[in-house]
Amino acid sequence: MKKYDAIIIGAGHNGLTNAAYLARAGLDVLVVEKNDYIGGAAASRQLHNGFWYSNCSYVCSMMRQAIHRDLDLTKHGLVLVPYLGTVGFADNGDTLISYHSEGPEYNHLRARSPHDADAMFRFQTDLARYAQLIRKTLLRTPPDPTSFRPRDIKELIFLAREFGTLGQKEIYEYIRFFTMSAAEFLEDYFEDDLIKAAMASPGIIGTALGVYSPGSAYILLHHVMGDVDGNIGAWGLARGGMGAISKAIAGALQEAGGEIMTEAPVKQILVTNGKAVGVILENDEELHANIVVSNLDAKRTFTKVMDKKDLPPGIYDKAKNFKIRGSSGKVNIALSGLPKFTNVPDNRYINRGGQAFLGSLETMERAYDCWKRGTWSEDPFVESVIPSAWDPTVAPPGQHWMSNFIQYCPAELADGPWTPEKRDAFGQTVIDKIERYSPGFKKLILHAEIRTPHEIENEVGLTEGNIFQGELTIDQLLFNRPFPGYAQYRMPIKNMYMCGSSTHPGGGVSSACGANAAREILKDLRRKNTVPEDDCYDE
Amino acid sequence: MTKQYDTIIIGAGHNGLVCAAYLAKKGQKVLLLEAADTLGGLASTREFHPGFKASVAHTINQFSSKIVGDLNLAAYGFKSGKPMQSVGLSEDGQHVSIANGKVTGVGQSDIDAFARYTKMMQRYAKAMAGFSLQTIPPIGNNSFSEVLTFAKMGLKIRGLGREDMRELLRIISLPARDLMDENFDNPILKAMLSWDGLIGSKMAPRSPNNTVLMMLFRMIGEHRGAHALPVGGMDGLINALSNALTSSGAEIRTSAPVGQVLVNRSKNGLSAVGVILQNGEEFKAQRIVSAVDPKQTFLDLVGVDNLEIEFTNRINRLRSDGYVAKLHLALDGLPDFNGINIPNERMIIAPEMDAIEFAFDDAKYGEASSEPVMEVMLPSLRDQSLAPEGKHVLSAHIMYVPYNRKGGWTKKAKDQLAKNAIKTLSQYAPGIEKQIAHAELLTPADIAESHLVTGGHWHHGEFALDQMMMMRPTYEAAQYKTPIPGLYLASAGCHPGGGIMGGPGHNAAHEILK
Amino acid sequence: MSKIKDPFAGERLKETPFHPRQSALNLRNAWSSWNGYLFADCYYEAEYEYFCIRNQCGTYDITPMQKYEISGADAEAMLNRMVTRDISKLRKNRVTYVCWCTDEGRMIDDGTIFMLTCGSPSLAWLRKSSFGYKDVTIKDLSDTVAALSFQGPTSCEVLKKMGLSKIDTLKPFGIKHFKFKGGKLMVSRTGFTGDLGYELWIDPKLALDLWDALYAAGEDFGIQPYGETATNMARLEAGFIMPEMEFNEALKTIHFQHDQTPLELDLGWLVDFKKPHFNGRNALLREKEKGTEYMLTKLDIQGNKPAEESFLYSDKACTKQIGYVTSAMWSPVVKANIALAMIKTKHLDGDIWAEINYVKELRQLSKMAKCTVMKKPFWAPARAKATPPGPY
Repeated sequence: MKKYDAIIIGAGHNGLTNAAYLARAGLDVLVVEKNDYIGGAAASRQLHNGFWYSNCSYVCSMMRQAIHRDLDLTKHGLVLVPYLGTVGFADNGDTLISYHSEGPEYNHLRARSPHDADAMFRFQTDLARYAQLIRKTLLRTPPDPTSFRPRDIKELIFLAREFGTLGQKEIYEYIRFFTMSAAEFLEDYFEDDLIKAAMASPGIIGTALGVYSPGSAYILLHHVMGDVDGNIGAWGLARGGMGAISKAIAGALQEAGGEIMTEAPVKQILVTNGKAVGVILENDEELHANIVVSNLDAKRTFTKVMDKKDLPPGIYDKAKNFKIRGSSGKVNIALSGLPKFTNVPDNRYINRGGQAFLGSLETMERAYDCWKRGTWSEDPFVESVIPSAWDPTVAPPGQHWMSNFIQYCPAELADGPWTPEKRDAFGQTVIDKIERYSPGFKKLILHAEIRTPHEIENEVGLTEGNIFQGELTIDQLLFNRPFPGYAQYRMPIKNMYMCGSSTHPGGGVSSACGANAAREILKDLRRKNTVPEDDCYDE
Repeated sequence: MTKQYDTIIIGAGHNGLVCAAYLAKKGQKVLLLEAADTLGGLASTREFHPGFKASVAHTINQFSSKIVGDLNLAAYGFKSGKPMQSVGLSEDGQHVSIANGKVTGVGQSDIDAFARYTKMMQRYAKAMAGFSLQTIPPIGNNSFSEVLTFAKMGLKIRGLGREDMRELLRIISLPARDLMDENFDNPILKAMLSWDGLIGSKMAPRSPNNTVLMMLFRMIGEHRGAHALPVGGMDGLINALSNALTSSGAEIRTSAPVGQVLVNRSKNGLSAVGVILQNGEEFKAQRIVSAVDPKQTFLDLVGVDNLEIEFTNRINRLRSDGYVAKLHLALDGLPDFNGINIPNERMIIAPEMDAIEFAFDDAKYGEASSEPVMEVMLPSLRDQSLAPEGKHVLSAHIMYVPYNRKGGWTKKAKDQLAKNAIKTLSQYAPGIEKQIAHAELLTPADIAESHLVTGGHWHHGEFALDQMMMMRPTYEAAQYKTPIPGLYLASAGCHPGGGIMGGPGHNAAHEILK
Repeated sequence: MSKIKDPFAGERLKETPFHPRQSALNLRNAWSSWNGYLFADCYYEAEYEYFCIRNQCGTYDITPMQKYEISGADAEAMLNRMVTRDISKLRKNRVTYVCWCTDEGRMIDDGTIFMLTCGSPSLAWLRKSSFGYKDVTIKDLSDTVAALSFQGPTSCEVLKKMGLSKIDTLKPFGIKHFKFKGGKLMVSRTGFTGDLGYELWIDPKLALDLWDALYAAGEDFGIQPYGETATNMARLEAGFIMPEMEFNEALKTIHFQHDQTPLELDLGWLVDFKKPHFNGRNALLREKEKGTEYMLTKLDIQGNKPAEESFLYSDKACTKQIGYVTSAMWSPVVKANIALAMIKTKHLDGDIWAEINYVKELRQLSKMAKCTVMKKPFWAPARAKATPPGPY
């Protein structure tokens, strides 16, 4: 029977990236995927005639350009195009339009608040400073702070030195930023409610925290530290949808001789004598390998596809306690035409941006309160984009698909499990909300796919439907991700690794987790490192 | 004519007293100025109804035994009380109690878990205890000795062992809720253990980053986190401190509110040279120590004209809005708590963590919770001088009550809050409402006014990662010196922070004497 | 229905009150943006416009400058803490050039005080600076005052002809007020060209009337609008600094100490250490005692190739880099190859060589050129300081 050098569980973008690097280093690699499509949460799916939904992740800014270039993803069909600004909507229908160039942007902010228009310069400068520091860590393996090994000490010194380059004042400002709430952080800059709400909204996306929860400022950074072609904070869309990213990485993998097996759900990771030796599929087929890499989240990996007996003491509890709360929903809608929004000029540039139905800081926080109580808000925060407004490949001509991301949507409801009726009621809440800002919106709807954490978990396999494969709070960041002592991609079982977003640097379509894990694997195999170690940007 | 002192200390809260006592003991000529007519600040005991007395701080859990020894407070009458039990009240009388590091009233698995948990937390608290009575140096541009301080701190943490250190670095930022859910099953136990990480702050069980630090900080004291009331009540401590002080020759002036720190402005720059009282009286000294909270110190007493712009704004943005109200009840008799013989312990009314969380939700939007959670005790059971014979004082901290209430603190709003609190109390002590001779409710806004503390915040500033150690109150004033030569800070707004501990006063005195 | 007519309205830059006249004269359609306003790079040809400044007179629309009125009993105290100069002796009807710094002494911006004017939005900093003062009101006048800089040797004559009586008695940095078409015209003798010149401040409603009156009076004196490119040439000859060239505004600087202090920018004369307290005093005092690491220096460079973005070395072999050029040009009026450069202070007295890269018919070339440190501005005609300025 065939024995692979490595089996990677899960053909999400990180699994594929990991496999691609291993295959390019000459390993015989197999990726096993439970679904009949690849990409995991970075997929483009035709769920309605001629409409290709990026039905989980929908925008991209964190993809590491070094990996994009290194794996030659462009050759494999990937084109990332920056999308223009976003319109933020307040409760009263007021709009905050973010313009693409500095002059109009300044004028628009100034019309709301001359003070905030000025403060925005400082805010953007400060965010760029914070982002630059964290970006340097993305393609590096976190050090173990308890270790006296030279590489850990070297890495700790690297971090300390980078931190030191901020200068004394900014070191403190950074700590403050890293630990406080998005809303309170923004108090120092802005006075206008809608501007604050718009700036705070990235602080809650995908996370079980509110805008007033300490720690949400970092989430904000996590969402703006990406870039498109060096423009920090810019967002991009993949031509053909997010699946184009996975497809391109799979192309690189297959070119290097790697195999992908779809419709191959893993039942269990095989462990013999404390070593991972392969996997058993749900159909009881056994596949053997020298190395097993899990791209599943940490909780699923250790509590679902491993036998508790195979685990060293404590690991099962760590996995059980891993914070991976589902808090987001998604409504993908096929539209017969481009919706028009009240108080938004109907021009081609604004139509090609996104929409953020913000309400206010309080609206967002109250939506979080609902989540805490196991229900969804009647007035949730919705972040939308209409990719077909610029991408001709994802909807029939003249028709559009709209991606709507909803914060918050609980994984478990207080009144019992999710049912199709409850799911539809949730979707209706979102559609009703959009209708308020776009009268006539409902008449345009051809088809809608509604995804609560329940659907996301069942289809994609993300525990509780958590989009980051684990909360991005300090207790689960850097050397704590996924668990203290296991942050360097090696797992407690010999020859077993993790490469998903449960590992450093966490969620987002960045390919960094998969690449970093590949680097560590190659190190263990005493092979030459072929994985980029920084992102080749001069900042 | 103005009198000349070595050091003038503004504010006779316990930190001002401690700082003054250290300096006076070293032979300095010290003047301690207090705005109120009683000493002790938030720990001062005041009459709220004829014959009934209470203090805002109603227990002590971490007063430094080093300070007790250094200042020989025992000789001046200080005697720390017996540690109290903490009792998590249950409406049905099935209470959860913690005493002597053991928990009762919960299942066996929780009993075992509690033993493990307490040991772990105490190891962490012990490793960190040493940091509280020392100045934390700034980060960056350090002298050798400062680097050494950090290295020692690092080694102390590393000394916990690898697993413990890793676990500490993980749980240090956990929300109370996660830490509790990881360890325990019993909802009351979880709520009462979270309590010590939350009370006094703008944090709820689901708020990450700051709670565990607060818990550990409160476990530093001699009773390892258990609360106690000194013999003679809070006054037992305050009187001992003031006696120690006066016997070293220091002067204390009460009812002497300071209007302004006198800053000399010359072409050589600025320096603090004295104070002017609100009545115009002027005192000069080589240095001025402010044991008043940082916002008042800088923004009111020093004045922004003497400060730098970013510094001023950093002081202003300190998060220092209080979220705890105080309820004092004068009772005609001893209330009858379900399932409790003599209610002389510290009782917590918070049936589960969500009760705390949801009470907090209201406060976020500027409302006081209609279902408040609270910490209750009857100090008169431990110190009979607080109430007439046969009568009692009930003292309760109520969470969460915002300093800035939407619409302001009207009488109606206060009455409603008191009513809600009493209603909650009566669910656990039926009939208590009939025993009330008088009720005093102090919202954070009231405490701000009556005790001259910005925001009515116990700790002069949120106890949060970004407002701790070398960042407390802000990095340019975190080593007790301030940007103005001759002006020092010694309040809870400095490292190590609030609570009746004495750390800031001790550390400030140490810096001055250096 | 939406009332928005032009769906692209929000995408367009604002027009200043002088725009109708200026756009008619902007034959090259060369516009860029300044503080949200449409703003001319040049109108016809930059060098032609430059010579108008040096030879005749020209107008430069400074309406996009940010203008603030700071009033109230504590306004002086607040400003005196904010800026590095002592403005307590500020006299009425005088303009004072000032700069302001962060707590660390890094320069945020420079500007002038009569009202407060500056190149970049500063409201957030003013708000921070005024925090804690009881009686200070800050009014943003940026969009409510139109302003035209009017510079060049014939400028005084034109204003005289326009009927501004005794304008020739106005001293540099002085202010005079005039009645104009039922409104008020304020004239300050200030500018950014190093030459004789004035700045005219008026209600936007009267802006076009002012323009027409000025151009009618100036017709025989060679009046011409000039844009950003010509301004930049003139200011470099005068040795004036420009944001994003000589300095980064501290609040918009990402990297530690990639901003500058006034001492480094050779603006030590703006920093009054006799003043007991001002923002950044401690940091600047420390820097003064230690000596600045860099110093902004005027250079006269061999040859005629502008040393734009050049590195500077202490030797021709380029073994030791000692600084970099911030602005450089061939000065048409002085006939010299001039530059402003940041040079390490301890190398100021030694040899300075610039490595100049230039292009000759698509070939990339490089050469070393000797530099001489200049103490005085490259262009400083007597008329710029004389009162009356004398005949043109």
